[in-house]
Formats: sequence, structure tokens, C-alpha cells
Amino acid sequence: MALALDASISTFAAPAARATSESRLARGVAMGVTFLFLGVFLVLPLAVVFVEAFAKGVPAYFAALREPDTAAAIRLTLTVAAIAVPLNCVFGVAASWAIAKFEFKGKAFLITLIDLPFSVSPVISGLIYVLLFGAGSALGPFLERHGIQILFAVPGIVLATVFVTFPFVARELIPLMQDQGTTDEEAALSLGASGWQTFWHVTLPNIRWGLLYGVLLCNARAMGEFGAVSVVSGHIRGLTNTMPLQVEILYNQYDFAAAFAVASLLALLALVTLVLKTLLELSYSSEISATGRGH
Amino acid sequence: MALGFTLAYLVVIVLVPLSGLAWRSSALGSAKFWSLASDPRTVHALYVSFGTALIAAAINVVFGVLAAWVLVRYRFPGRRIVDAIIDLPFALPTAVAGIALTTIYAPNGWLGSFVQGLGLKVAYTPVGIVIALVFVGLPFMVRTVQPVLAEQDRELEEAAALLGASRLQTIARVILPALTPAILTGFALALARGVGEYGSVIFIAGNIPYVSEIAPLLIVIRLEEYNYAAATAIAAIMLIISFAMLLVINLIQAWSRRRYGLGA
Repeated sequence: MALALDASISTFAAPAARATSESRLARGVAMGVTFLFLGVFLVLPLAVVFVEAFAKGVPAYFAALREPDTAAAIRLTLTVAAIAVPLNCVFGVAASWAIAKFEFKGKAFLITLIDLPFSVSPVISGLIYVLLFGAGSALGPFLERHGIQILFAVPGIVLATVFVTFPFVARELIPLMQDQGTTDEEAALSLGASGWQTFWHVTLPNIRWGLLYGVLLCNARAMGEFGAVSVVSGHIRGLTNTMPLQVEILYNQYDFAAAFAVASLLALLALVTLVLKTLLELSYSSEISATGRGH
Repeated sequence: MALGFTLAYLVVIVLVPLSGLAWRSSALGSAKFWSLASDPRTVHALYVSFGTALIAAAINVVFGVLAAWVLVRYRFPGRRIVDAIIDLPFALPTAVAGIALTTIYAPNGWLGSFVQGLGLKVAYTPVGIVIALVFVGLPFMVRTVQPVLAEQDRELEEAAALLGASRLQTIARVILPALTPAILTGFALALARGVGEYGSVIFIAGNIPYVSEIAPLLIVIRLEEYNYAAATAIAAIMLIISFAMLLVINLIQAWSRRRYGLGA
């Protein structure tokens, strides 16, 4: 009897299993097309960067990176990221704290504002600072009288970078903190902890992996931003050129090996970011909000 | 206090600069604004930007959904690596992507010489722009469709199969409709990103006015000529068209969510 039942179940199950998956041929074609597409569109560009970077040999590669203007560009990129990332980190934590733990009017509008830099062209992000601080603006003459240089100088580059990268941390933390709710904090407060103690010992440990994830993406974008920075930088060699801008200049003067040498550092940064990101996702997926993944 | 800081930061970093843009474009006056907006070079640049972004987003619908499907439904060695590499366009600086793609598709490049043998020209044409925008937009599509596909109820497919639907019918009538809202979201994100994209496009586009010049590049050109009025006008039109398109997509999305129930 049991045997007969088993048999009847398996005769039902077999066609169902076959009908809810594709034939081997269809699978093969789907995977083949996908791998070919990803290979041509993602892997090939990455490979080209490294092949071209070493096209003139290893010594030429390191010589290109030691060239004074390039070295200055690397230093500037590190400086800008060192300012913009911590700023946006503090902002991201504060914003997601305010949004997740409190109720107030206009919350949806606030979230839209935070997302805004993602939907605006980087060139327009740069343009708004030119309009704000440029010669024809209301602030322009004032800044000039006081000898403050924002456009075509480091402050402008930092501002533009802060603008384009500030959604990353907040976007990552808002869903995470909303998920976690306020019970942990309420418990700590009712046990006599102060607001700051609660933040340092309860909230921050709860969000640390999500925060790290956001910082990782924020940093990658801060170091790689091109459009916005290009508009405000003025392209002064050795002074206001970041690494991506230096890539453009070298490439446009047909110094391909040097351009790709600088580009290879940025590509390496991207790879390290992807590896760390994947490791974080594998190890702490429950502590990094799944809904905030990717962009 | 956190809220106060958040608001102050937002006002300084976002609202003040953006209102500057709105104020400067309204200060132009409508007659001046329209004469700048209807400049044929501007119109063509906008046409190129929005046209190529639409085509690229459409290509990403096909390959992005396919990639999401393969990653969610099939098990194969190296799946995690393939999954991780999808995010490469998010992590790789756009200028790096731009010079890499240009090198590949240049007439003497790895693929460029092959494509030229077929009588096609990719680099320095609008086709090159589409290629760059496909690269940039791909993760948006995959990452919006992937989680929805992963959470989709397999029992619906089993039911469809038991009721006699072929696999193709099940995919077309059961799986894809449920994915539609997510696909639209991915399409909208890829489109918005593509319209504004600058770094990865300018190298491969060739930037020939009236042929392959994109709107963000024209803004940069106008700025370099200190023609702030024209730059502002182009930026304002881009923002208006983008918001209008996103609004339409949101409406379609709301409609499809009502119709199919499931959504992103």
C-alpha cells in the first residue's frame, strides 16, 4: 500500500519537477548567453585595463605612477576621500537615526532628498556648485573679496564629492535601523543609560556591519567620481586633478600606458571593494539590510 | 539633535545648490529660456542622451533579467564570483570604464577590429554610447529583479505546470508578469543613470556635434565657454524631462502592481 502510494506520488512529482525547470538545452543556452554577455561587458573591460597598464612593461608602469603630477593626483584623491567619507558617515548615521527612530512629518520628503544625488547627472551636481560659487553668482564677489577660493580648488572638489556620495551610508542604514526598531534602545534607556551611552554601546554595535558596507560603497564612489569633480576642478595639473581626471588627461594626450596605469589603481580599488562587499554579504547578511543591497 | 543636524546638512549640501539652479534658470525668463532650449545643437544632444539611454535600458531588460534568472535559479561552480562581478559597474570609476571600453571597441581594438570586419563601427558613434550605457545600467536591472525572483513562490509554477501549461507558457504568463514591477523599477533606474552618465560615455562617443554629443557634455562645453545661461537651461530641461519620465514609469508601475499584485 505504502509502496503504491509512493509510486503514485512520484508519478505526479516527476512531471511537475520537469515542468518547473527548463530543459538542459534551454539551461545551457541561458547560461551560455549570460556568461558571454557578462564576459564581453564586464570582464573584458577589466582585463583591458590591466593588460594596457602593463603594455610597456613593469618598470614603465611604476615610473608612470611616480610621475609628479600623477603622484599629486593620487594624494589629492586620498585627501578628498579622507574628508568626504567621514563627513558622510556622520551624516548617514544621524540621518538614518532620525528617520528610523523618530516619527515626524515630511519623512518621505526627507528620504527623497537624500536619494536625490543618485538621480541627478554628475555634471549637473558639479554645475550647481559652479552656479553657487562662480563669478556670476551672489556669493562669487563676496568670496573673491575675502580671497576664498572654492571653485577650481580643493574645497570645491570636496563639496562636489560630498554631494554625490552622501546617499550611500544613509541608504544602507535607514532600512536596517527601521528593521531593528527601538526596543534595544528603550531597554538601555530604562536601565539608566544616557543618550550617548545608548548610542555608543547599543545602536552603533547593532549597525556596525551595515555601516561598514555603506562606507565601502561611499569610498569607492568618492575616489572614482569623475563628472561632478571634472566640472568644479578646473583641471590644474598637480593641484586640482584627482585620479580619474588624471586618467582623462593622460588618455587625451595619447599616453595610454600611463592613463591605464592610473586606471589600474582605481580598478584595483573597485576589485577590493567588491571582494570586501561580498565577504560582508556572506558573513553578516542578516546584519546588513538585504533591501538596501547594491545601489 | 540628530534631526536638526540632518536637516542642516541637507539644506547646505542639497537644497541651497539646487535652488540656485532653479533660481538661475527662472531668472533667465521664459523667452530666453526657450530660445536656449530650442537651439538645434541642444535639442540634438538631448535627443542623443535620452535615445541612447532608452535603447540601453531596453537591452538591459533582456540581459539583466536573463542574468538575474541564471543567478537565482541555476547552481553552477563560481556562481558567487559571477554574482559579485555584476556590481563591477557600481564600483569601477566611470572614467576607467570609459577608456577601457573605448580601447576595446576602437577600430584597432580587441573587439573593434572584429566588429569592423562585419562592417560595423562602434567607437565614436552613438552605438558606442549605447554600449557604455549598457555597462553602466546592468547592475540596476539585475539587482532589482534578483530579490523579487528569489522570493517568488515556486508553487505557482507547479500549479501552472500541473494545469497543463508548457514551460514557456509558465514563464510568459506566470513568472514574467509577476516580475514586471521590478523590471520597470530597474528600467527606470538604468534609464535615469544613463541619461545623466558622463564619464564612461565621453571617451567612446567621439563627441561629434549633431551626431554623438550627449547633453551632459554640452553642459560642460557651455560652462567652459562661460555661457552659464545655456548650461543652466540644458540642465533644467534634462531634469524636467527626467522627472516627467520617472513620473510616467511610476504610474505604469502602480498600475502593474495593482494588476499583478506582486511588486518590488
